[in-house]
Amino acid sequence: MLELLVIFPLIVAAVSVPVSNYQVRSWLLPFGSGVHLLLSILLCRGYFPEINRWIGLDALSRLVLIVTSLLFFSCALYAVAYLNLRRDRGNRVMVPCLLVFLSAMTLATVARHLGLMWMAVEATTISSAPLIYYNRNRLSLEATWKYLLICSVGIALAMLGMLFVAYAALGGGAPVSLQFDLLLGGATTLSKPWLHAGFVFLLIGFGTKMGLAPLHTWKPDAYGEAPGLVGALLAGGLTSVAFLAILRGVQLMTAAGDGDMARQALLGMGLLSLLLASVFMVRQQDIKRMLAYSSVEHMGLLAIGVGIGGMATFGAMLHLINNALTKGGLFLAAGNIQRAFASKRLSEVRGALKALPVSGPLFLAGFLAITGSPPFGPFLSEFTILRGTFISGHMLLGMLILIFLSIVFIGMGATVLAATQGEPEQKDSGFKDHFLLYFSPLVLLLLILLIGVYIPASLQNALQQAADLLEVRP
Amino acid sequence: MMHLTNPLLLAVILINFFTLGSARLGACIRGVALQGALLALLPLLIHGFSGHAILLALGAFCLKGVLIPWMLLRAIREVRIRREVEPLIGFVPTLIFGALTTSGAFLFADFLPLVHEHREGLFVPTALATMFAGFLLLITRRKAITQVLGYLMLENGIFIIGVLLSEALPLMVEAGVLLDLLVGVFVMGIVMHQINREFTSLSTQRLSALKE
Repeated sequence: MLELLVIFPLIVAAVSVPVSNYQVRSWLLPFGSGVHLLLSILLCRGYFPEINRWIGLDALSRLVLIVTSLLFFSCALYAVAYLNLRRDRGNRVMVPCLLVFLSAMTLATVARHLGLMWMAVEATTISSAPLIYYNRNRLSLEATWKYLLICSVGIALAMLGMLFVAYAALGGGAPVSLQFDLLLGGATTLSKPWLHAGFVFLLIGFGTKMGLAPLHTWKPDAYGEAPGLVGALLAGGLTSVAFLAILRGVQLMTAAGDGDMARQALLGMGLLSLLLASVFMVRQQDIKRMLAYSSVEHMGLLAIGVGIGGMATFGAMLHLINNALTKGGLFLAAGNIQRAFASKRLSEVRGALKALPVSGPLFLAGFLAITGSPPFGPFLSEFTILRGTFISGHMLLGMLILIFLSIVFIGMGATVLAATQGEPEQKDSGFKDHFLLYFSPLVLLLLILLIGVYIPASLQNALQQAADLLEVRP
Repeated sequence: MMHLTNPLLLAVILINFFTLGSARLGACIRGVALQGALLALLPLLIHGFSGHAILLALGAFCLKGVLIPWMLLRAIREVRIRREVEPLIGFVPTLIFGALTTSGAFLFADFLPLVHEHREGLFVPTALATMFAGFLLLITRRKAITQVLGYLMLENGIFIIGVLLSEALPLMVEAGVLLDLLVGVFVMGIVMHQINREFTSLSTQRLSALKE
């Protein structure tokens, strides 16, 4: 059944190519991803258990699978209405590329073989490049080129890291394989220097994809120029998948008894991400670039959470869900605002609350949620990460995180409030808030609100299991 | 056949220098193609004529030696660009940098805790030198096509290490890696075409509107 989960979106993508009706092709997106979501839920609840060398589910991949599938489904619903507005650009490329992208993300999530995972992550880069270039202007071209080149080079380095891990097995005399369970089982026999080098390159490679500072330079450009729904999928889905790939490295290092080194590396990069994001978010004139830097910030928080360990790891797992869903909602709402004002720059965007009676407030609520205001979910997860930081005795680190978070709040607040408050200039772009265009961000934000108020026991268990996987020592 | 590997790897290093020092794009593409084709022989020389090695060699030869260079040559014919003009760092300084990184790679490889059978050959230093040369191309050149060549060279360097470990990578994964490379370069080719149409130049220097 797990194979079907990967293959099904590909089949729908192939079907969508010869379809000539515009609407039918658009509706294939929610159809394909709806079935994907349904199958994912069934698989994660333990129906059709199976054992396979190549693909399989554990607590970590279950978490990422459900989050990406849910996010993709809501983006697909939004896409139907969005593509209807963009008949000038068409959906002949968009629909198949999105579905291939979904398939590649799924494969990267469920892969139990490092080589297979690498392949799938590279496939996500290639299939998302045409999505970023959707608007076909000079700026999106520049963003696509940077994205393609930087991420390809990054992924090539991840390949090198993977080979170093294999070399570690060769040097340690263990059977040489990149099958993840075999590697974990023989982790203590791995040759240490090669394993360390391998982890560093995996971190650099997949860190580029995830957008951890200082490897985030493509992020504001790509997120800024891509359509809102593509930004949502990149910021919520792809980053989670890349983070999972890094976590595989952390798992391996922990199993080999070198978890502390891996955690320190994550802490360093996480803190740098927070610092750079907070610097660039102050006086940001572009709402989508602001969201991109916010994504860098939250990648930093995820890295710090895992870097601290213990309770903070649990917080990071929860934050993965919160970040994906909130970022998704924010990008979709920002996309609506950009449509309505025909701009995403603060010089033109004013009074979104009045101009867009639903998307405007959603954008404002999303801002409050992502900066960690109660009662939304990110408050809970950021609070858990911070508590874990202070409990484990990292006083200075905790203070620094708090300072950066407040700078982010102020910087982002200035931009968001300027965009939403005030009187809109009278400029009729013919765009009205449409039910299908605000339904998805609304549902995503309601889910985030729900997580902030009440976490069901099953979710709690799933998160704890995922966090425990990262703590398995030799 | 192991004794043939060292001349082959030396040729690979010479091609690095040739590509770093050449201004003509067509020559650069042919150089990288030759490098890919030479490296495709490597699995046969190391592992003998096993089924796995033959398929890997064949796949690498077709993609790295024939198909990708053909795509790139067609691309430069379409956009009518012959030469790399005004690289960010001149050709002579890049060559000097290349020489420095290559000698650095040889020195560095001595310190690496390699397994016994890899300690003698030129595998690891060549791999490192080729990766560095690829990075140099990526950083110092302005034309989009030379950046793609740099990326290919980086992949060639990684390929050498991959061949040493080819028992760790099942054929399916290797095929996937090569396929990803092909499609990646194909997509890059399309984007290059668009860059050329939009800016009437293939220089990435024009791609500088997006910044803080």
